Amino acid sequence: MDYAIRAEGLVRRFGATTALAGVDLAVPTGTVFGLLGPNGAGKTTAVRVLATLLRADEGRATVGGYDVVRDAHQVRQLIGLTGQYASVDETLTGTENLLLIGRLLGLSRADSRARAGQLLTDFQLTDAGDRAAKTYSGGMRRRLDLAASLVGRPQVLFLDEPTTGLDPRSRNELWDIVRSLVADGVTVLLTTQYLEEADQLAGEIAVVDHGRVIAQGTPEELKAKTGGQSLAVRPADVVDLPTVVSIVGAVAGVAPEVAQNTVTVPVNDQRVMPAVVRRLDEAGIVVAELALRGSSLDEVFLSLTGHRAEDDPAAANLEGSVA
Amino acid sequence: MTSATLTAPLAPARRLGVGAGLRHTLTLAWRSLVQIKHNPMELLDLSIQPVMFVLLFTYVFGGAISGSPGDYLKFALPGIIVQNAFFATMTTGFGLNNDLTKGVFDRLRALPIARWSPLAGRILADTVKQAWSVALLIGVGMILGFRLGNGPLGLLGAFALLLAFSLAAAWISVLVGVLVSEPDKVQIFGFMVIFPLTFTSNAFVPTETMPGWLQSWVEVNPVTVLADALRGLLVDGPVAGPVVQSLIWAAAIAVIFAPLAVRGLRRRV
Repeated sequence: MDYAIRAEGLVRRFGATTALAGVDLAVPTGTVFGLLGPNGAGKTTAVRVLATLLRADEGRATVGGYDVVRDAHQVRQLIGLTGQYASVDETLTGTENLLLIGRLLGLSRADSRARAGQLLTDFQLTDAGDRAAKTYSGGMRRRLDLAASLVGRPQVLFLDEPTTGLDPRSRNELWDIVRSLVADGVTVLLTTQYLEEADQLAGEIAVVDHGRVIAQGTPEELKAKTGGQSLAVRPADVVDLPTVVSIVGAVAGVAPEVAQNTVTVPVNDQRVMPAVVRRLDEAGIVVAELALRGSSLDEVFLSLTGHRAEDDPAAANLEGSVA
Repeated sequence: MTSATLTAPLAPARRLGVGAGLRHTLTLAWRSLVQIKHNPMELLDLSIQPVMFVLLFTYVFGGAISGSPGDYLKFALPGIIVQNAFFATMTTGFGLNNDLTKGVFDRLRALPIARWSPLAGRILADTVKQAWSVALLIGVGMILGFRLGNGPLGLLGAFALLLAFSLAAAWISVLVGVLVSEPDKVQIFGFMVIFPLTFTSNAFVPTETMPGWLQSWVEVNPVTVLADALRGLLVDGPVAGPVVQSLIWAAAIAVIFAPLAVRGLRRRV
């Protein structure tokens, strides 16, 4: 297979902190690869190494077949970078930001202007093109960030937490843009702490925690890996909820969770579901929904790392002090 | 360039020429200067503050120090120019720190451009701003009665010396810019260091009026040396001595601070 990004044994330390503790990655060309992990897991450090901004203490990496240290200049001609730490100039207008990048990439004045105009149109920023970027909303700002990294038509795009802090609508817009880029053949390395985002966009996901890849696979493989399925039962009548809870709990042998009138319980035994159906029938309870579900990525993450994503304040502080 | 060459080349170039680096530097200098258009406050900073200093010093202190505002202007304008130049160099560190903390610097570093161009572009732009405020100071001074003693050649020499000195002093500013955590701290540093530095010189007051222990510092203070050189070039008095001393100071500052600043920047990013 043809890999746009390869990394072997990347190690990077900041003083006593080990941000990367031996990371291997292989991203096939033309795919979206998700690096999923909480704050401080080492995702941004990995992106900075791959984008030639930071040297790894150990290990090596190539982008488009070029070594990120020895052939850094070639790598920079292939990549685009958008993220928490790579940003546009807030004092310039949207147009000026794109012109600046175009000119730096060696486009003529006219070509830079044409490219800037086209990107502003594509990203629905035409009306805001002559306003300083600091007046932009969060969603517009991210779109401009992304547009700026696309001026040179990169083959490999690094998106470092592209939707952190965005409202759902802006997030969906950004996702659509990423999907259309991939349809055009761009390889995307996406870091995110949102499991849903990785699930939505990435063909393959590496779960990162404390500087290591602790699991890797397609979203489905990851969900299957932790084995768990869950049984969800929603009674047609809310008054039956306590009875359903006791029946499901008794059959599964575990106390079920209740949310939005739905009773959920993890199941490992295939006989649980028919038994629950039989008992509900005997009790005369009509159910509106009864389903056996694969576990969500959230549950996968919890079972892999022992903690939920997005709630690791100690690690977040660590990353803050490193950056 | 045709649209076909807009797509990323299959075989990326191996290295950059110096010409490309200079072109990147000019583009990045444009970026720093076009900011002024959107932030008129910056232009006020560059213009009003120096003009205010000339007016205040001339009319408030002039009579007390030199007997008349006109005589004082002749003495103090070169000093005010030097003080302004020292403060102006801080904009380099301020802007650089802003780029570092906001992530603009990382975006630039991920582009296939000359490694030195972001810094060079910023310093070039700041040199242009510096030249603007010096021109403004001399212009306002001339309206108030300041006269050039050595004609256009002296003026040219003064500009050249100031810019050379500023280029050296910019490295101090770069070092501060990479060491502090946020842009405002660059300004705090500027006030805490540059204010005492420029006031313990003969920029505004003749050395003889100060206590002996202070005089020995005032005489070697680079602000004094540079102010004397500008007095020689713009008004009258010795030129060669203070100019050579100024250049020695500039060289010493560059030799000490340029490597420290570059090392600091490498560690920061």
